[in-house]
Amino acid sequence: MNSPIPLSEPSNNGLDRLRFAFADAQAQGRAALVTFVTAGDPTPGATGAILDALVAGGTDVIELGMPFTDPMADGPAIQSANLRSLAAGTKTADILAIAKAFRTRHPDVPLVLMGYANPMLRRSADWFANAAKDAGVDGVICVDVPPEEDDALGPALRDAGLHLIRLATPTTDTARLPAVLDGASGFLYYVSVAGITGLQQAAQTSIEEAVARLKSATDIPVAVGFGVRTPEQAANIGRVADGVVVGSAIVDLVGKHGSGAPEPVRSYIEQLAAALRAARKEPA
Amino acid sequence: MNAPNSFRAQPDERGHFGQFGGRYVAETLMPLILELGREYERAKADPAFKAQFDDLLEHYVGRPSPLYFAERLTEAVRKDATPGKGAQIWFKRDELNHTGAHKINNCIGQILLAMRMGKTRIIAETGAGQHGVATATVAARFGLPCVIYMGAKDVERQQPNVFRMKLLGAEVRPVESGAKTLKDAMNEGLRDWVANVHDTFYIIGTAAGPHPYPELVRDFQSVIGREAREQMLKRIDRLPDLLVAAIGGGSNAIGLFHPFLDDPDVKMLGVEAAGEGLDKRHAASLAGGFPGVLHGNKTYLLQDEDGQIAEAHSISAGLDYPGIGPEHAWLKDIGRVEYTAVTDTQALDAFQLLCRTEGIIPALEPSHAIAAVTDKARQMNKDQIILANLCGRGDKDIFTVAEALGVAI
Repeated sequence: MNSPIPLSEPSNNGLDRLRFAFADAQAQGRAALVTFVTAGDPTPGATGAILDALVAGGTDVIELGMPFTDPMADGPAIQSANLRSLAAGTKTADILAIAKAFRTRHPDVPLVLMGYANPMLRRSADWFANAAKDAGVDGVICVDVPPEEDDALGPALRDAGLHLIRLATPTTDTARLPAVLDGASGFLYYVSVAGITGLQQAAQTSIEEAVARLKSATDIPVAVGFGVRTPEQAANIGRVADGVVVGSAIVDLVGKHGSGAPEPVRSYIEQLAAALRAARKEPA
Repeated sequence: MNAPNSFRAQPDERGHFGQFGGRYVAETLMPLILELGREYERAKADPAFKAQFDDLLEHYVGRPSPLYFAERLTEAVRKDATPGKGAQIWFKRDELNHTGAHKINNCIGQILLAMRMGKTRIIAETGAGQHGVATATVAARFGLPCVIYMGAKDVERQQPNVFRMKLLGAEVRPVESGAKTLKDAMNEGLRDWVANVHDTFYIIGTAAGPHPYPELVRDFQSVIGREAREQMLKRIDRLPDLLVAAIGGGSNAIGLFHPFLDDPDVKMLGVEAAGEGLDKRHAASLAGGFPGVLHGNKTYLLQDEDGQIAEAHSISAGLDYPGIGPEHAWLKDIGRVEYTAVTDTQALDAFQLLCRTEGIIPALEPSHAIAAVTDKARQMNKDQIILANLCGRGDKDIFTVAEALGVAI
């Protein structure tokens, strides 16, 4: 795992942006920075500039949230972002258009869609997978399709050549982990807190133990999220994990600044990226 | 339709009723859902669990509930039916249970499961407040702290039940997110649970949610149908021709229907809330919805073309939910149960009719069933029998009804 994976390695139709992004970060001696925003927040038209700001600030992987009326795994910050987006009239077609335009502007930056099952399955899993693929999306994170219900979405994503990014949590025990990893690809998203997004952060020691346990069970990169807000927290996690996921803190900036969010978002991402670059170069 | 050997063998081991049901939950909850499933299997096989459940139902809830022939309602229907028509109308009197509705049956079963699993904290969602009151009741009975999530809008329109829950020692947390009604309360319940999986048991109020909830709620509520079947045979030595029950999530209906599903001559009718009309705001997920995934299960949902969940509307807060239990979705698709929908206005008329003919003030939920019953009875022969579940009493609804009738109290 010490050399970057060459861009030319075929994966489905073309390059595997996710794999390259994690390998590239690793080659630079740092964790990948994975950032989340909700599509269509504050408006569908404003999201493109916010995504550009994420990239400009040094994001390696983008999670683009698909708004849903009932985001039951999310805390107040992302709940509000979902409502703002839906109130602005965001449709599935808008989200796909945002992804497609992003892909034109940023051919190499991996973009994954994250959301809940119902909007993904509404027109059929195959329709969604193909539409996402056509829009240049690299993978999908679905909060409420666990491995037990993989049939609902997994086969369609795999047929379309999209990564299915699975979630592991503090309640995912060793006996269950193989089921979570079976069919997982792209990266493994370790939800470090048993709870909803954006509220609290897990103890560093528990994160370290969990990452070690997960990495001994899989070769795909392990990214850690939930409750990561400060560059210092990101750095601590970045010392042990392959990726650090930041969501609610960015979404809060969008909530506060609206269409003026790109500049503060870029500035915040720069701080996170710098912290990750420095993290493994200094003693913890 | 490919008829199964039995209609009572669902769900499969993955919790699927045909294409419906399942366990669509976040990974954090999944291990707990699996553990709940295993514990429920152990409890089902444990005679002590059944004995304790039966004992509490008899001495605490007041079961068996009576089976009642509604003679004056039957006569009233026959007055405007053609000669020879006007089926006999019978009621299963689950409104006479402790706390005034069928909800308590399920809460007794679930709190016994919570105790078995060593859980020390109870949470629940509630719409009208009936399930919240029933949950607060069993939590008090077993000495466990209890948090009830209730949409802020429902808190406002159901103040008497909010006060009841508080009297019973529960903490009522108003939910300000979304439409501030039942589905938002359920979202908040799931958010609480995901953050407190180590010590908390979530008592879901209807036969929906992730497996094993639809199965275990159905099993606990099936006491309604088992008793009714036995009582019918004992009283008149025959089974009813038609069963009727109101459906929000569908727990009282599945509880009545399930023990009769393999009786081929017993027809069944589930009654959804058509609100202001099926072309306007309503809560009829089967009549106006499409299959989708919400709150842990796949079922019929009111939703738009992008899969965003629509707001439900019914005068009855207990039916005001944009989904339905997955077993009903399956029973509809295979054709074993017929489903219809009744408007707010029709339910209000039926409410008043039962008050005046039988001296029973029903809840607005079973008033929907009663509206469908009177309609069906007129078309059926005099020697035929309709059995409907009177799943709740109407004390909680008198303010809503007064307002709808333009009466200031």
